[in-house]
Amino acid sequence: MLSSPLVLAASFAYLLLLFGVATFADARARGDRSVIGNAWVYTLSMGVYCTAWTYFGSVGRAATSGLWFLPIYLGPTLAMLLAWPVLRKMIRIARQYRITSIADFIASRYGKSRALAALVTLIALVGILPYVALQLKAISSGYALLTAAPGAAHVGGPWWRDSTLYFALALAGFTIAFGTRYLDTSERHEGMVAAIALESVVKLLAFIAVGVFVCWGLFDSPADIFARAAARADLKPLLGLGGESRFAGGQWFALTLLAMLSVIFLPRQFQVMVVENVDERHIKRASWAFPLYMLLINLFVLPIALGGLLHFGAGPADPETFVLSLPLAQGQAALALVAFIGGLSAATGMIIVEAIAVSTMVSNDLVMPLLLRFGRRDARDLSGTPLAVRRSVIVALLLMGYLYFRIAGEAYALVSIGLISFAAVAQFAPALLGGMFWKGGTRAGALAGLTAGFALWAYTLMLPSIAKSGWLATAFMNEGLFGLTLLRPEQLFGLTGLDSLTHALLWSLLANAGLYVAVSLARVPSAREAGQALLFVDVFRRAPGAGAAAPVFWRGRARLAELQALAARFLGAETAQRLLADFARRSGVAGIERIAADAQLVQFVETQLAGAIGSASARAVVAAVVEEEPLAPDDVLRMLDEASQVRALNRQLESLDKLKDDFMSSVTHELRTPLTSIRAFAELMRDDPQMDSAQRQQFLALVVAEAERLSRLVNQVLDMAKIESGHADWRNDEIDLRELVAHALQTTAEAFRERGAQTQLNQPPQMPLLHADRDRLLQVLLNLLSNAAKFVPPGRGRVVVTLRSDEQGATIEVCDNGPGVPPEQQQLVFEKFRQGGAAHARPQGTGLGLPISRQIVEHFGGRMWLRSAPGQGACFGFELPWHRKEQSQ
Amino acid sequence: MTKHVLIADDEPNIVISLEFLMRREGHRVSVARDGDAALQAIRRERPDLVLLDVMMPGRSGFDVCQAVRADEALAGVKILMLSAKGRDTDLAKGTALGADAYLTKPFSTRELADKVREMLE
Repeated sequence: MLSSPLVLAASFAYLLLLFGVATFADARARGDRSVIGNAWVYTLSMGVYCTAWTYFGSVGRAATSGLWFLPIYLGPTLAMLLAWPVLRKMIRIARQYRITSIADFIASRYGKSRALAALVTLIALVGILPYVALQLKAISSGYALLTAAPGAAHVGGPWWRDSTLYFALALAGFTIAFGTRYLDTSERHEGMVAAIALESVVKLLAFIAVGVFVCWGLFDSPADIFARAAARADLKPLLGLGGESRFAGGQWFALTLLAMLSVIFLPRQFQVMVVENVDERHIKRASWAFPLYMLLINLFVLPIALGGLLHFGAGPADPETFVLSLPLAQGQAALALVAFIGGLSAATGMIIVEAIAVSTMVSNDLVMPLLLRFGRRDARDLSGTPLAVRRSVIVALLLMGYLYFRIAGEAYALVSIGLISFAAVAQFAPALLGGMFWKGGTRAGALAGLTAGFALWAYTLMLPSIAKSGWLATAFMNEGLFGLTLLRPEQLFGLTGLDSLTHALLWSLLANAGLYVAVSLARVPSAREAGQALLFVDVFRRAPGAGAAAPVFWRGRARLAELQALAARFLGAETAQRLLADFARRSGVAGIERIAADAQLVQFVETQLAGAIGSASARAVVAAVVEEEPLAPDDVLRMLDEASQVRALNRQLESLDKLKDDFMSSVTHELRTPLTSIRAFAELMRDDPQMDSAQRQQFLALVVAEAERLSRLVNQVLDMAKIESGHADWRNDEIDLRELVAHALQTTAEAFRERGAQTQLNQPPQMPLLHADRDRLLQVLLNLLSNAAKFVPPGRGRVVVTLRSDEQGATIEVCDNGPGVPPEQQQLVFEKFRQGGAAHARPQGTGLGLPISRQIVEHFGGRMWLRSAPGQGACFGFELPWHRKEQSQ
Repeated sequence: MTKHVLIADDEPNIVISLEFLMRREGHRVSVARDGDAALQAIRRERPDLVLLDVMMPGRSGFDVCQAVRADEALAGVKILMLSAKGRDTDLAKGTALGADAYLTKPFSTRELADKVREMLE
């Protein structure tokens, strides 16, 4: 037994430590040196899934039914391994549209429906209350066990002497300090996340410490425990899969599915996994690290359960507190205290995050709409209201949790309470998952599905649990509502043979999903629904991050002053000013007063407000200050088309601009180079009248050569521009290629003779006539031949021209024995201004000859190529078809 | 006093004209035809001044300039960049990389000679 002051002081010190960590992380976040920006912290914060329910309840369940504790952890493992892309999409959507809770997510998807937001919030609230009570119960009984004399039963005193109440109030204060210190429009709480990550470490280490103690301190090894348990007839069944004897596959499946859904849809999970996520890439690591965490924290569940049963026998000891009672029974007071702190961290973590998440939802989706409608609608500054509301909601939530604990807490085991909550949030699945992947889902469908699912959950699971606690007559359970046996809540419509949870889950999800699909299909989505559906389902196709590029489905008239006043009213004047100045800067206008009051601005203001008061409320208050024109579904599609067309056109223009710039810059460079030589030589001769005549002759020859190069270049640039723009004149001559090649060789004979090069011609005795532009083809041949002449080695050059013909067309190849073209340059030689050859040996070309030649060949439906191995010469060739397919230029 | 000028350019005729101009100014001249050769020559010969073309095959003039300025042993080498591009951004880039002066092509031979004289004083 430990003294109360010691336990209280340790608990309080632990809470202070958490608070210190949170304050530190918040300060670092404001200094832009976030401590939570890594995947490990993200993974650990997901560990908030493991609450006091895991910490105490798993052992209890394992002690009564063996491996049945497992599905609750297999589900999340499967979900993270298989469904992380779903999570990634949720994060992207939430980030893009400033969604801050699961109610907001669902409402926003179905046209920002207030009714839907309120319904989801209500379900979450009712579903989560037992769960909060469960945490209080765990702390309360843990505390009682630690401080009571061994064997003494816990006796509940009057409420004002109940330490659990004060504990609940302390936690409320704590949560307020963590989560509602200031209003952040992205609803992120770095300090809280850091504290939660620490809690995950603490509870894991504490649980493992107890596990190690039981396995190796109390017994010899885990094998020892299992061997002793297997030897006992009453414990042997716990080691098998079925609990009793038969493996209940359906029930395993139901539980696993339930846990899969819960790990994503529980408000606290949505908060840490989606809202608090700082980087989508963190999901990758979490997808295996979180399952690993689950494995570690479950490792010792069975050994502790069996160890407890072996140690205490069939005595009065409650298996749910084995984690505490085993160390205590062995006089390990310090370990018991550590175990208690571990349980405390599991419970506080859940309460803090859940309360923050639920208070956001209740404030945004239940209270604010009522306030806006009935109360303070004329108040000028409401920026403090959401915070005040949230604080009150947190206190109310914990008090209600306490009330539930006082009323029903004693009647039910931890695990049963938890499963009821799980089944409630599972109702979000059809509307949420359907909304992310199916554009046809409508608000009416979601409302119908959720209502039916929730009603069946309440009737088949919640009411029976209350009745079993003795707070409700059980007559309806045995005889059915109104005496109709078909309506017996745990055997609805005569369905028997299932446990109550599987039964409830089957009926509620069946009705939920069925109505969602059926009612959605009954009517075409409205424009607003269709618009939101597009934004959600296709979130990855919309430009990420660029607010201006995302399509905005809005049409109407707005005034800047009114929108500004609205933003100031809910966000505070200072924040509104800062946000709008930011918007002005990003839109490229001089100041706030220059912002155009268009759809983009309306969208921007609405999104910012959504962060503070939820998207449904934001939609309503924005609609009240602007004149909106209703949209038809066709309008939405048209706006979407326009947005994507404008984007595509912009991209095209940008790339054309860049091409033009590159071309101009290259041409400028190429023109300036010969000009530089000409000017330099001319000036040198001008400044030196005494220059000897041989020198002068050399310079003059260079000036002439450079001037020729310049005019060649000008001609070719014009030629190229004409061909590329499609303005070139193409004649249609009948050409004898044998004659044309002979003519080209004759024209270049002088150049080859100067280089001392031999030419050789291989050709068939006769060839069909080709229809093409004779001058243009001659231009191509001359280009290839003069290139060859430039590159062959002086004095021993050898150029072979080969002319072939087959049924498709004619082929001409010009092969030289020059240095060849290295492989990495072979693609480049056909690009503009990419001349081949080593720098110092580079003959004077324009860098346009080959590109133009290729354009000409391609114009006549042919293709041009280069075959070359370094040191083996180069073969430039092209083929032309006899019959050209008409190509559109 | 004779100074050593390295001409780094890949256009043969521009090299001929620069070589003539620098010799007439009374300097000792050596030539590099591409960026890598230029950098090797600078390290080997430690010229007083480099006339450095920007657009060269292989290592560009900018790369050469950067490499030279990163090497403290070469701190005494003056660099005059020559470029046929002559856009403001190029000029700014050249200066930022540590070039001592920057001229656009086509240049005036007198202006170039004056500049070189001024830089070698």
